[in-house]
Amino acid sequence: MNRLEKVLKRPPSTLGAFMRKELHHILRDRQTLAILLLMPLVQVLLFGYALRTDIRDLRVAVVDPTPDVVTLRLRNRLAATSRFHVVKVSSTTNVLPDLFERRKTDVAVVLPTSFAESLTRGDTAQVLVITDASDPNTGTTMQVYVRTVLADFESELGSARGAAGEVHIGVASRMRFNPTLESANLFVPGLIALVLTLVSALMTAISLSREKELGTLEVLLVSPLRPWQIIVGKVIPYLVLGFAITCLVLAAARVVFSVPMNGSLTLLLAESVLFTIVSLALGVLVAARTSSQRAAMLGALVGTMMPTSLLSGMIFPITSMPGWLQPVTTIVPARWFIVIARGIMLKGVGIEYLWRETAILGTMALVLLVAATRSFHARLD
Amino acid sequence: MRVLRFLLRKEYLQIFRDRFMVAQMLLLPCIQLAILANAATFEVKNARLVVVDDDHTSSSRGLIERFTASRRFVLVPRPVSTRGADEAMLRREAGAILRIPTAFERDLVQTRAASVQLVLNAEDGAAAGVTLGYAQRIISDYAGELATTLPGASVSVAAARVAQPTLDVRTRGWYNPELDYRFYMVPGILVQLVTMVGTFLTALNIVREKELGTLEQLNVTPITRAQFIAAKLIPLWSLGLLGLAIGLFVARVAFHVPMRGSVLLMFATASVYLLAALSVGLLVSTMVQTQQQAMFVTFFIVLVYLLMSGLFTPVRSMPVWAQWFAQANPTMHYIEIMRGIMLRGAGLRQIAFHLSVLAVCAVAVFTLSVRQYAKRTA
Amino acid sequence: MTSPRGDRSIEVDGLTRRFGTFTAVDAISFDVREGEVFGFLGANGAGKTTAIRMLIGLLAPTAGTARVAGYDVATQAEMVKQNIGYMSQRFSLYEDLTVRENITLYGGIYGLSDEAIRRRTTELVDRLDLREDVDARVKSIPLGWKQKLAFSVAVLHDPKVVFLDEPTGGVDPITRRQFWELIYANAAAGTTVFVTTHYMDEAEYCDRVSIMVDGRIVALGTPAELKEKYEARTIDDVFVRLARAGTAA
Repeated sequence: MNRLEKVLKRPPSTLGAFMRKELHHILRDRQTLAILLLMPLVQVLLFGYALRTDIRDLRVAVVDPTPDVVTLRLRNRLAATSRFHVVKVSSTTNVLPDLFERRKTDVAVVLPTSFAESLTRGDTAQVLVITDASDPNTGTTMQVYVRTVLADFESELGSARGAAGEVHIGVASRMRFNPTLESANLFVPGLIALVLTLVSALMTAISLSREKELGTLEVLLVSPLRPWQIIVGKVIPYLVLGFAITCLVLAAARVVFSVPMNGSLTLLLAESVLFTIVSLALGVLVAARTSSQRAAMLGALVGTMMPTSLLSGMIFPITSMPGWLQPVTTIVPARWFIVIARGIMLKGVGIEYLWRETAILGTMALVLLVAATRSFHARLD
Repeated sequence: MRVLRFLLRKEYLQIFRDRFMVAQMLLLPCIQLAILANAATFEVKNARLVVVDDDHTSSSRGLIERFTASRRFVLVPRPVSTRGADEAMLRREAGAILRIPTAFERDLVQTRAASVQLVLNAEDGAAAGVTLGYAQRIISDYAGELATTLPGASVSVAAARVAQPTLDVRTRGWYNPELDYRFYMVPGILVQLVTMVGTFLTALNIVREKELGTLEQLNVTPITRAQFIAAKLIPLWSLGLLGLAIGLFVARVAFHVPMRGSVLLMFATASVYLLAALSVGLLVSTMVQTQQQAMFVTFFIVLVYLLMSGLFTPVRSMPVWAQWFAQANPTMHYIEIMRGIMLRGAGLRQIAFHLSVLAVCAVAVFTLSVRQYAKRTA
Repeated sequence: MTSPRGDRSIEVDGLTRRFGTFTAVDAISFDVREGEVFGFLGANGAGKTTAIRMLIGLLAPTAGTARVAGYDVATQAEMVKQNIGYMSQRFSLYEDLTVRENITLYGGIYGLSDEAIRRRTTELVDRLDLREDVDARVKSIPLGWKQKLAFSVAVLHDPKVVFLDEPTGGVDPITRRQFWELIYANAAAGTTVFVTTHYMDEAEYCDRVSIMVDGRIVALGTPAELKEKYEARTIDDVFVRLARAGTAA
């Protein structure tokens, strides 16, 4: 009762003044602000333009011990494919290790001696396809590409003889929600999560622990502001900043890459505010539990940035992770936010499909806020 | 030299007295390796598949069996209507839908050709592409099997197949025959580690002294710029190598990542790369006033460098302008070197080009940052 | 290289520093004698810190000259640094190092021999009564001691001139008294002491004081001279009068 009266009696401008001070801090530090605005834009551009996994222009080395018309046809066939590019034809496999080690070739096709001869006899000719599998993904993909060309070559040989009997099952495949597998479409929702984590969790953690280190926090604490007001005052400006940056990323993604917005923009923005609150609470929690700026940085990096970029499904699919790691991802807020953001942007679904994820985020926000205010309190006593 | 000795002693004392520094050095490699090596994979296991079988024949069941037997797919147990399948995908309960049309078997027998429809949830793009690859392989293998087992496959056809010239294509993946994705990621993660230690710690270390006022105190003493920079960089440089050693140890013990080349060469190149990384940190420290700014600027730089380095996505898949950028990126060259040494057993001759680019970068950034560092303001 | 002329340890002539269009220090001129305790007073933002930063070689002057211990601050900054000690308003010893480690570090930086470092450490620790804490981290010793320690480290290498930028901020009166005793002891031994302070009672301890307002030196003399000239009872009154006049103008 007494408390409530005190709160009510306090001029309402106290909190406002405090928030203004915090906003000034943010706006005055041009360097940090510039980076906060620039970083998401650069990331959108990089993720959209530069980071692709499709493989074009494969360098092929052909080992052809007995060159003749047939092997030439095969080589031409490889060269004719827009994807391949024959960099070396050799009569021996001895050159291969060096070619691979110096990264001059990606694939080697090794033909047997008397390749044409065995084909004319109707024998089976063994062809060896060697790929640089140090990157297993591209390694496998390259194998598939070479196999396809070889299969075409084989059927060409076969049809030339008029033999049939193959069974063919066609696959009509469709990539739903992102037909062209546009990487911008995939990364933008994750990017929003990453940037929001950066702005809210990392910035709050550092700025709060900085005030702690410099002793200015003590000054605030002896002021008539209550702990929750200090937290709110600290947090609201970052919430605003986070919101602005979300809009910026969405606009950039839309203008530059025409990333779709199939669902409700309002719902997406509301969900990102919810996610920002979760991140902010995490940031406050990290700051309350650490004693120096550097500790807060380390805590925020390991505790928020790393999980957000690696364990959220942003880049690497969660279903691909080992069994013990998948449950760990459920405590990463970004994981749920990314499901929501992709659902709204790519699938165009509404809250009726996303209420579960929203509820999880809401619960996280509540628990973390209470924990943050508590631990903040405890530190001060 | 005598002055340098005193300064170095001070730096080492401070580093090893700092609990967080030590924790960072020991924990970060372990956490990063554990998480990244396990999480950073596009390989798809247990893709959740909904089958809509409108054919209900032995052929269609055979195809479904091949999918479940592959272990790449698990069936979502409610293969109902088309609408039910769509709903499952919207709810993220299914990652793929396989639809086998009526008359699948009839078409196969009559025309020896049929088609099925595969819908993939491309929300997680990378996974969808990989899943499609698996599915196509399973389906074409099944087609190959049917050629001989399908009712109506006459003996003559089978005989004709024998007489037909065929290619027996064998594939072999060099340097990583088991196609273990972790082997590929671990060298990159070690690079990331060395980069973070080098740039972050350097920038933060110097800016911290700026913030505390001790840097100003040092600046009014007669120590020279060279002494100061050497005293800052040598300890962090050794710390970077220590981090690499710890990371390498964890990678060997926990992940059995091969080490086909020379460890000595690896540390020698790391030394060169660290010079570049440390210089970037030094450069950042001259531009900023607070640790917070140092943190953000370094974070930004390191992020761009890592993304453009081929750590996560192949450099050769990038557009041309980005490839040019990557060529000027020391991190890219260092990743190439690390993967070369660890996976391919590359020697000095094979990495000579990358190493020389690295050395040029290192000297250039170092010169620039030393010039930028001034004991006084003009 | 020029040798020190006469007994002037600091000679400042028309020293000016501009930041863009703002003139922080506006053509100040003064001399400080060897062994003198010189008080450099001024309100916050009057340009004191900028002036000190030029004198200790951290900031290049825009115009004018200044010689410290006989060396030009613009062209011989490194020689200046050999001959001065500096203690800033921020506590600037390493808190995560022990008392002994801090002394050793600065001793080493100024080129003292191992033997000299050992001897001076013992002396210093005895004088400050820090024997028990010599191997404790600086972080853990009380603020007053830290300040005295910082001063002792600043004069470890027997500099010709020592610059003290608000050295007694936040320290209790007794410790301040002890601090000034340290200053006098060093001045008596021939060290010139250049000190800025906010405490006007401390200004009374100085041989001479200057008062800076808006980048200019508006008064300079012994405390007694100034009080007489401005018909004030204390330096505090002098300061308030001058500072107010400056703001009004």
